[in-house]
Amino acid sequence: MEPVLELRGITKRFPGVLANDQIDLDLYEGEIHALLGENGAGKTTLMNILYGLYDPDEGEIIVRGTEVDIQDPGDAIDVGIGMVHQHFMLIPVFTVTENVMLGEETLQYGDFLDRSSASKRIKEISEQYGLEVDPDAHVEDIPVGVQQRVEIIKLLYRQADILILDEPTAVLTPQEADELFKIMHSLTEQGKSIIFITHKLREVLDVADRITVLRGGKVVGTTTPKDADKNKLAEMMVGRAVQLGVDIEPAKPEDIVLEVQNLVVANERNQVAVDEITFEVREGEIFGVAGVQGNGQTELVEAVTGLRDVIDGSIHLLGEDIANADPRTITELGAAHVPEDRQRDGLILAFPVADNLVLNTYYQPPYTRGVVLQQDAIIETARERIEEFDIRTPSALTPTSSLSGGNQQKVIVAREFSRPIKLLVASQPTRGLDVGSIEYIHKRIVEKRDEGTAVLLVSPELDEIMELSDRIAVMYRGKIVAIVPRQEVTKEQIGLLMAGVSPEDVLESASEGSKKTPKDS
Amino acid sequence: MSDKENNNKQDAGKVLIEELTAGPEGDSFWERAWNSVSIPLLAIFSGLVLGSILIAVTSESVWTAWAQSPWEAIKAAFMEVRIAYGALFSGSLGSPREIISAIQEGDPDQIRRAFNPILESLTASTPFIFASLAVALGFRSGLFNIGAEGQLFVGAIFSVFVGYSLVGLPAIIHIPLALLAGALGGAIWGFIPGWLKAKTGGHEVINTIMMNYIAFRLSDWLLSGPMQRPESFNPVSPTIMDSAKLPKLFGPPIRFHIGFFIALGVAWLVWWLLFRTRWGFDLRSVGSNPHAARYAGMSIVGSTVAAMSISGALAGLAGTNEVLGLNHFLAMAFSSGYGFDSIALALLGKSHPLGVVLASLLFGTLRTGALRMQVTAQIPIDIITVIQAFILVFIAAPAIIRTIFRIRGAEGPEEAITIRGWGGE
Repeated sequence: MEPVLELRGITKRFPGVLANDQIDLDLYEGEIHALLGENGAGKTTLMNILYGLYDPDEGEIIVRGTEVDIQDPGDAIDVGIGMVHQHFMLIPVFTVTENVMLGEETLQYGDFLDRSSASKRIKEISEQYGLEVDPDAHVEDIPVGVQQRVEIIKLLYRQADILILDEPTAVLTPQEADELFKIMHSLTEQGKSIIFITHKLREVLDVADRITVLRGGKVVGTTTPKDADKNKLAEMMVGRAVQLGVDIEPAKPEDIVLEVQNLVVANERNQVAVDEITFEVREGEIFGVAGVQGNGQTELVEAVTGLRDVIDGSIHLLGEDIANADPRTITELGAAHVPEDRQRDGLILAFPVADNLVLNTYYQPPYTRGVVLQQDAIIETARERIEEFDIRTPSALTPTSSLSGGNQQKVIVAREFSRPIKLLVASQPTRGLDVGSIEYIHKRIVEKRDEGTAVLLVSPELDEIMELSDRIAVMYRGKIVAIVPRQEVTKEQIGLLMAGVSPEDVLESASEGSKKTPKDS
Repeated sequence: MSDKENNNKQDAGKVLIEELTAGPEGDSFWERAWNSVSIPLLAIFSGLVLGSILIAVTSESVWTAWAQSPWEAIKAAFMEVRIAYGALFSGSLGSPREIISAIQEGDPDQIRRAFNPILESLTASTPFIFASLAVALGFRSGLFNIGAEGQLFVGAIFSVFVGYSLVGLPAIIHIPLALLAGALGGAIWGFIPGWLKAKTGGHEVINTIMMNYIAFRLSDWLLSGPMQRPESFNPVSPTIMDSAKLPKLFGPPIRFHIGFFIALGVAWLVWWLLFRTRWGFDLRSVGSNPHAARYAGMSIVGSTVAAMSISGALAGLAGTNEVLGLNHFLAMAFSSGYGFDSIALALLGKSHPLGVVLASLLFGTLRTGALRMQVTAQIPIDIITVIQAFILVFIAAPAIIRTIFRIRGAEGPEEAITIRGWGGE
């Protein structure tokens, strides 16, 4: 059988970087071909070449036996290649139909939009492939998982038969992800072919027919789920043996460090984002907050760290009321914060690594005497931290912007973990990081816990929450719907809670545990 | 300890380059140094080249020669440009021949004349230094201070008032007092938009422009009312006391006064504040990434207000310098747009005090030389404005320079700017 898509010897150079080095890849009809690799391995560059966003320096693209020249996304669509980006390209105030028609409007009576025939075709497509969606709903009103279906319908509407899905599960709950996988299978059964980009090993093993692993811009190898397991794939991605999962001793929780009572916080649009939340975190335990992104976790973390106003309720850190205290006061009380968006909140990218390593202690001795910064003390400290935390940087004076994402995160971790801290607030600490860095940061968090630090861990990655937490709280629409010890709950149950299923239905067997948790530890 | 000091000294140069560039990478110290100055230098060079083309095509003699043959036209153009730029350089830096012969003759008057052009250039650069430091400090703090011109006026008003109204003070007290008054005036004019921005979110660009108008009209009113010279019908202020005048260091015709050294001292002070103190760390952090600054516990409100006030004080000193050093009284529209040119200069100098001083010296020199060029080569002074504009366009759009000179520039997925050597491939 002839492949529907062949990439031959694709090479792309950026100044100082060989992003893609002689990459060969083929895709057969009805196949789900997973493209696996760490960040910076060249997955996205390769797909952007295929989609016409970059020009390759060398190599050719062959679609159904003919070499094609793809200059822009329009050319890609013309040869049947469509891409669903990580960040959706939808207009929230338009309906599903309008979004799908966008750029491919069907007209009637001259220049008038023919919504009804478009909506009829959308219904046909959605029935044919099991993509349930209401064509007349406004995009802003439908859940993320359904928005993603709209993106897929957009491609099918344009008769694409080679679909590229770029990290499609990053924004989904586990249940939504499972549904997506069903849709993917239904698509391939009907002759579509899919390139599935991800760095999540479990998903690859679950849905892919074949797996190609990229590392450093090169193809490391192609395998199938039958011939591979998680450890083997991780090793291929990283280039060395990786220990997946951290060995965790059971927690020995002691005194309360952080106590949150009836907390109410609003978001930017002045809507209640955190709704009457109560919980506490003790010395030596990791308290994990699970939930789909956008259910109030961000606002909760910001309120605890002093970055957002508290409307009602109280937050006590070591007995001190810190509701509406400024961030510096909270930091000085012994709180550390690994922020969700490291480039926005955690680092000043234009500054040297050394300055970022003292970003919240620069004003104290030994880094400042009087008002004068002590450059040598700052640089000396930086050299120690770089050594200790294995931050890969040419020097302490290199601008932080030129470090990789993983190393940027290590800068934050080095800064926050090197202070004597009582509370660690870690928000999505491994977002966008590769397997090796994730392993490293998880280990460090557990180490902190074992030293007696209270850890508040917030993450939409269920695997991360399940792996590290001693107790798990699930947030849904601003409320904590349940707090359960990890041993008493399964991943599926947490997934259902994240999706808004009521705790009574989910936790029948574990309900005892959830009720007594707030007091038992 | 001595070991540590040594260490620190070694790093000092590197640190300076880091501050200057905030981005470029290179393998060696010199490569990095070159990276940070290559674009401005090449921009100046390109500006002068374009200027010479402009001089040639607007010259009558070139067109007359064109009628004979293209070759004659090229020769004529070459002559024209040589005369023009010769006048530009001798008018701003002095002619080496004159300097040597004056020193050989030993006639003090002749020596003064020979050195006058270069000292005049330094004098002309001084207000640029103050004003562009003001804008640069604003940029570093994330604020776009378009109000330097207005702050400069208010600084001049305050200092001239202290200069003429206080009688009988010794110079050692009167001069600092007048300088401080000027800085205070500018600071007040910067504080207001800074406070408005911090407290109400009112954008500083709009508010500083409005403050400019208020300053201009305020000075018009004062000069034709409360501050008008008693016996005069013109809208000018009284002349300041001799004790408030910035001392001149040489006899006439040299106008060079100590304001230039004050400017250099202030430039150093601004550098020290920005890069050596924790206050400067605050300002630069807020300027570079306010979210991270807030995360790190810095006060955005405090930083914004402080930055605008200091920036205003620096701009105020630009006006003060002109009033106390050269004019000795205040007249309407006494500034020829220093506050506005300084925005460009801050960009040219990459908002670093050292770069800003160099950029100001360049502009002061071009301005001074342009006068001579107009007299000896009959080339309109406006050509210099056009050359300055070219230079700034090249600075603002470095991609043009990179393309012309084939400097490998930032391209591709990373936003990081990585200029590496030029001329290679």
